[in-house]
Amino acid sequence: MIPRRIRAELAHRFAGGLALLVLVVAVAWVLARAFGVVGGTANVPLFIVVTLNGLTLAALYFIVASGFTLIFGLMRVVNMAHGSLYLLGGYIGLRLVEHRVNYWLALVLAALAIGVVGLVMQQVFLRWNQGQDLRQALITIAISVVLADQMIPTFGAAAVAIKAPDGLNSAVRFGLYDIRYPTFRLVVLGLAVLIGVSLWYGIQHTRFGMIIRAGVDDRAMTSALGVNVQAVLAVTFFVGALLAGLGGVLGGTMIALAPGQDASFLLSSLVVVIVGGMGSLAGALFGALALGLVAQLSGVYLPAGYTNFSILLTFALLVFVLAVRPIGLFGRR
Amino acid sequence: MKLTRVSSWLLVKRVAIAGILVVVLLVPQLFSTFFASSIGVQSLVLGIAAASIIFLNAVVGMVSLAQTALYGVAAYTTAKLAVDLGVDPWLAALVAVGVTVVVALLFGAVASRSEGIYFLMITLASAVITYYFFSQVTAFGSHEGINGVTPPALLGKPFVDPTGMYYGALISSVLIYLLVRYLRRTPFGYALQGVRDESIRMRALGFNVPLLRTAAFAVGAFIAAIGGVLLVWYNSSISPGTIDLTRTIDLLTIAVIGGLGRLEGAWLGALLFTVIQTYSPRYTDRFETLIGLVFLAVVLTSPGGIAGIAGSLDRWVQRRLAGRTA
Repeated sequence: MIPRRIRAELAHRFAGGLALLVLVVAVAWVLARAFGVVGGTANVPLFIVVTLNGLTLAALYFIVASGFTLIFGLMRVVNMAHGSLYLLGGYIGLRLVEHRVNYWLALVLAALAIGVVGLVMQQVFLRWNQGQDLRQALITIAISVVLADQMIPTFGAAAVAIKAPDGLNSAVRFGLYDIRYPTFRLVVLGLAVLIGVSLWYGIQHTRFGMIIRAGVDDRAMTSALGVNVQAVLAVTFFVGALLAGLGGVLGGTMIALAPGQDASFLLSSLVVVIVGGMGSLAGALFGALALGLVAQLSGVYLPAGYTNFSILLTFALLVFVLAVRPIGLFGRR
Repeated sequence: MKLTRVSSWLLVKRVAIAGILVVVLLVPQLFSTFFASSIGVQSLVLGIAAASIIFLNAVVGMVSLAQTALYGVAAYTTAKLAVDLGVDPWLAALVAVGVTVVVALLFGAVASRSEGIYFLMITLASAVITYYFFSQVTAFGSHEGINGVTPPALLGKPFVDPTGMYYGALISSVLIYLLVRYLRRTPFGYALQGVRDESIRMRALGFNVPLLRTAAFAVGAFIAAIGGVLLVWYNSSISPGTIDLTRTIDLLTIAVIGGLGRLEGAWLGALLFTVIQTYSPRYTDRFETLIGLVFLAVVLTSPGGIAGIAGSLDRWVQRRLAGRTA
């Protein structure tokens, strides 16, 4: 009889090995399909376009989920209204653009407005419940119910898209295989990189970031050292909500805005941070890439007739990561 | 004198509860068909589903958002077997409950190493993924769902005469209530409560905490599955809209309004929810806003819900009666 401890370790190793094997097989399968080794003719342009779709979707997921993970990392608040903030931000951006406000100004204004909404939410409802994480989650759920229901009569139930700024609403041509690709999606990719780098720099190399990291590790000690932790929490919530609003405008331009997207972006944020590890920026990046690429590639490269099972692959991703590392890939205890 | 005052209050309480139970027992005879069906059957069925949330929270300390998805699994399995394969309704129901428990073992195995807020998030992810699964896979009718499910002859036709359906749901509710009460006093139940209060100590004592959590999750799924089977028989159809995020949160709302700590809260919350749902359209178009505000008010002011308020009211009266003569 093998002792339980060793048995658990073996099971753990086995799960890790299996996950790696599945990953390798999946990548090999996609490449084999793309270059025509199996399943008929090669279609490299399709592969490039689908991969780009995956990357740009991942960029959007990253922008939204980084706000979610920032709030969670510092405050242990699971903001279940994050998806609602995303959608509301998108609708505010839409209204502004419809009123002939410059696109980039509308983007900034909508993001700031959502930041303020988040700040008010935190100050009015969450601040006096600190430490009761379940109650805080329930409060944000209730807020998201009210927000979602109020957005339908205000902004309509039909799907609407925000018009991309002039010059970016067409497609660019690569010198490769005669591929044309929507310019705006590439802009979102660039913005995501910019946001990621600024967040990383802000957290790792500024005094405020240092305070945030200290607050994550030991809030009581940070407070005892004379830092106004309440102000730090408020700013963090503001920035986290702002990122949701920013994502909403970009997503509304890249995809569309419709009731129900609050749920789907809440889900994607959840999956991204569960896979990547709660509160970790690198984890959010990795989780977003995994989710975006799996979602797009599986829609095309699963065997014919099974493509509508692609959502189950997202679940499989979650299962594998949690089996190997219950705290997520970059999570810390 | 002191004793008689308190004990007469206890008597009044017993009589009141007995009176309520008699009314509950006679709903099809006392009220209109519409009321017995729309309020009666629906709140019993939703109450069963919400009871699975409250069971998991009260006994094991896990708040699950996957219960709506799990009753969806049961409802879809029942509908698929009965409509597409022509299986007998009772057999279909039995298989559906089994399938749901198996799915729950999978979800539970994934989520059981997490606790608290992480558990909530992982079960939410499972729930939304289940929703997308049923809304995309054509074998389950994708967006249309499955229509034309007929309940067993014993339960009659819910909209013509809800009597059979009502007693079916009432008997199920009572059995589930008794099952949970019994379960709490078994060694398994005590182990679960140990996990709720001191999971690290339980692990140190040699209990397999993830396994216990998974097992509890399967019991919760069993309860939710019964709700799902009754739901699909009552509605005669099932579609993805019945298990989407809004419905998931509606069920959580019911459990929270009723009181996450006491099982009877499930049916109280369901009754209040159903009454608001049925009668609010006369006054407002925005039912979800109304229910969201009620939810917010309960979470902010009384985390124990209606059952909690009733409990503290009872204690307050007893203290006052005892104190006045002392």
